Amino acid sequence: MNEGIITAIRVVPLEHYVILSFLLFSIGIAGVVFRRNTIIILMCLELMFNSVNLLLTAFSAYHSDPRAQVFVFFIMLVAAAEVTVGLAILVMMKRNVDSVDVNQLNRLKW
Amino acid sequence: MLAFFYLFAAISIISALIVVSARSPINSVIALVVCFLSIAGHYILLNAQFLAMVHIIVYTGAIMVLFLFVIMLLNLNKATEPMKTLGTRVAAVLAGGLFFLTLMAAIRHGINITPANEFDPGVGLVRSVGLSLFKEFLLPFEVSSVLFLSAMVGVVMLAKKEKTSPQPLSQVEGLPHDNAPLNKA
Repeated sequence: MNEGIITAIRVVPLEHYVILSFLLFSIGIAGVVFRRNTIIILMCLELMFNSVNLLLTAFSAYHSDPRAQVFVFFIMLVAAAEVTVGLAILVMMKRNVDSVDVNQLNRLKW
Repeated sequence: MLAFFYLFAAISIISALIVVSARSPINSVIALVVCFLSIAGHYILLNAQFLAMVHIIVYTGAIMVLFLFVIMLLNLNKATEPMKTLGTRVAAVLAGGLFFLTLMAAIRHGINITPANEFDPGVGLVRSVGLSLFKEFLLPFEVSSVLFLSAMVGVVMLAKKEKTSPQPLSQVEGLPHDNAPLNKA
């Protein structure tokens, strides 16, 4: 079974992983523009983070270089910190304007 | 193996589309959990076992539960979100599609990459990643703990109830936020 997993790196072409990451990233961008709910916009950000992580891991596996995977690990750490701060801002927004609609956040708009 | 790849890819893309299009936030979170699990499957296919485990524990275990908790505590599980106008929605789909088209055009001649190193079946296991993490990247690893500390302090400061403005800001008509303590005095 382990041998089968290792050969999978060589069987699947690298382009497939690149195209999959592009698709996930584009879906994330479309979701950020498409939705008005702030929590779903945060989830779309997570989706984009994960597509980038997948691409980095694919390149790392094809290059047999573990350092890119350490980089993915750090991206996960930063994403975790970002999500906590983002959700705290969301809680504060819900408390202050009683809504999670991004269209309500127009106090900085001229 | 190619079949496994296509299976996981189909699951992740379909669940990502559900994340964007679901009416209820709970459904979006569940779809995102499915998407992350399929991405963990991709990691296992790429022999990145350490990353797969960290991904499941951190993302599906911690971050998604955090999302669920926030939705539950703020009682957001109502599908009453007003949709954007039709023009904005069309623009969103166009933006995503055009971005995808641009990226695809960038790789239209294919990707010719010769691996920099010999093929090593040990790459991605806990041993190789851990050695790299604690030898080369020890300083960023320690600095990330400071990042988490500052994030924790910032979250506590943000989510704490402000004692100076007892009424919600939406009820203070025309008052900027900074003048709220003056109003009380």
